[in-house]
Amino acid sequence: MSASMSLATQVALESTVGKDGSRPVNWVALIVVIVLFVIVAVLGFLASRWRTAPADRGLKSLDEWGLGGRGFGSWVTWFLLGGDLYTAYTFVAVPAAMWASGAVSGFFAVPYTVVLYPIVFLLMSRLWSVSHRHGYVTPADFVGGRYKSKSLSTAVAVTGIIATMPYIALQLVGIKAVLTVLGLGSNSNPFMADLPLIIAFIVLAAYTYTGGLRAPALIAIVKDILIYIAIIVAIIYLPAHFGGWDTIFGAADKKLSAPNPATGAPFGAVIPGAGSFNAYWTLALGSAMALFMYPHSVTGVLASKSRNTIRRNAMVLPLYSLMLGFLALLGYVAIKAGTNPIDTNGAVNAQLVIPQLFLDSFPAWFSGIALAAIAIGALVPAAIMSIAASNLFTRNIYRDLFKSKATPEHEAKVSKLVSLVVKLGALAFVLGMDASSAINLQLLGGIWILQTFPAIVAGLYTRWFNKWALFVGWAVGIAYGTISAYNVVNPATHAHFGGSISAFPFTDIPVYIGVSAFAINAVVSVVLTLILRAVKVKDSGDATRPSDFGADVDDPKVIAIEKEQPPLDPEVDAAPLVD
Amino acid sequence: MSSPDIPTRGPARPGPYALAGVFIAAAIIVPLIVPIYAAYDPTIGGLPFFYWYQLMWVPIDSILLLFAYLIMRREDRRRREAVREEKERIMREAGISGSATEAGEGE
Repeated sequence: MSASMSLATQVALESTVGKDGSRPVNWVALIVVIVLFVIVAVLGFLASRWRTAPADRGLKSLDEWGLGGRGFGSWVTWFLLGGDLYTAYTFVAVPAAMWASGAVSGFFAVPYTVVLYPIVFLLMSRLWSVSHRHGYVTPADFVGGRYKSKSLSTAVAVTGIIATMPYIALQLVGIKAVLTVLGLGSNSNPFMADLPLIIAFIVLAAYTYTGGLRAPALIAIVKDILIYIAIIVAIIYLPAHFGGWDTIFGAADKKLSAPNPATGAPFGAVIPGAGSFNAYWTLALGSAMALFMYPHSVTGVLASKSRNTIRRNAMVLPLYSLMLGFLALLGYVAIKAGTNPIDTNGAVNAQLVIPQLFLDSFPAWFSGIALAAIAIGALVPAAIMSIAASNLFTRNIYRDLFKSKATPEHEAKVSKLVSLVVKLGALAFVLGMDASSAINLQLLGGIWILQTFPAIVAGLYTRWFNKWALFVGWAVGIAYGTISAYNVVNPATHAHFGGSISAFPFTDIPVYIGVSAFAINAVVSVVLTLILRAVKVKDSGDATRPSDFGADVDDPKVIAIEKEQPPLDPEVDAAPLVD
Repeated sequence: MSSPDIPTRGPARPGPYALAGVFIAAAIIVPLIVPIYAAYDPTIGGLPFFYWYQLMWVPIDSILLLFAYLIMRREDRRRREAVREEKERIMREAGISGSATEAGEGE
């Protein structure tokens, strides 16, 4: 199809989805996607040589493989974190939520990614400092050192791994949405239909294995350029093309305020009503508090070069939030445009809204760029997440629990292998189960990861909390959050895990379950600490010192201090984690 | 503790941190007060107040964080300067090499 064809003709041609969901392959868009994918794969394989001294080739430690040499400056960190936090799933799911149910379940992503950065600004430079000083690679490393507790560090590690797995699976859901609208999902042979996804993931696994964190960092730069082009063009062209924001919001209001035939209540609202104010702000705040407890976010922070890199990034990363906000509004544009997101099985699948809108509204070559941006946008976080999960497994389960004498080289070897296992697991998950179980698990994962907040964040400021109090608080928070989420029943389908909003304990105020669980967790941790202190239970282990939390790149690392001045009291300094 | 504690920063003055804290707290709390902005009017270019107000807070938060950053960086440099000599002496006596001379310099 020639690019000179007028847009109007194009629209008429592209909306040719059969009633059963079968659709022709869009060859022009598909070829653009394949070419960009190949470019990115080549970059991924070259990444192992990027910013590496010849002696370090092969990336023989977790610092090198899992944290990219701990030397990313402000620019690379900006791209890396941008690609890490604003995932393809976000790009697909947020507008999909706007399209299906309006502001409360979709647009909260904007205040979420606004209040996120003051929190990051406040907390992450302290975590960077103490990790730099002690060589910590994961949040569980820090918790293990701070509290000298294997139970607590294992709890943080296991929570991190379990919360990350469905998140990786959802990145595949993002790629799948792109492949479906390109016409690749229609093949009647299920293996052939999934083959493109399998190939994409094998290539991703291979260059993550060889290049470590450098691979997604390099790819993120390409992906960001593509995504900014796609969104800027879309946001300038589409609203005017569909009659301006007035008309678009009119159409959105009409669709969302219509009663849902299954429940009789409206689908949603363009402006949230007073009844959902608390849900709206707790979703934003809870998600913001949770995001940097995820291991992949911490990996991005610890890979940066100096203490202030993350603070400078907290000031400029919001540019992505602006982009996300406009992208969310494209969900409403799709309502006005009459986008029809029919999946290969003939059912409506809201996740297809944005890819379908691009394909319907733009020439095939430009849709190809936008769709490639989404697909590549899935590869970056999937790589970082699998690296982060592998680091957690290697450091806090394999080394801490089984092989305390593992050398850095051995750790890197284990981590590389585990990253392959993690990706294969996510792939099997997506191919074997339907996407809704991945979405449910990701929803639960957000609630779970928030339960590591008290141990990690309190630990950055004080050693007042008792390690067992934090452990019990974590367990109670996880249990409460899981049960509450299970009890949310979707009014239309009567399925469990129907959402993440439920009444705050002892009230009828609907709030984000993660925030309720966090509040219970925090109260339990405080009360138990007071009790354990009152009965004088000893809990004094701590590998950190106050000065560690202010260390910058030029301050010597603990390992250097101890190499040149061996510990006088090996009992204290070299003691492994207890309990 | 056995190995020498090498100081990284001198004692903090509360003033700068309190001021930066006000900016950071505002950046977290104000965007979450939903009743302020849950309204359709006034619109800008057809975009309801609810939407453009929240998008407007993206750059506002960046600017608030910039103020906090400048205040905290200044105090941080002062605190590092305050312990530089002590730090160099301890490191020399303990025989630890390291480029402590450039300590604390932000980019």
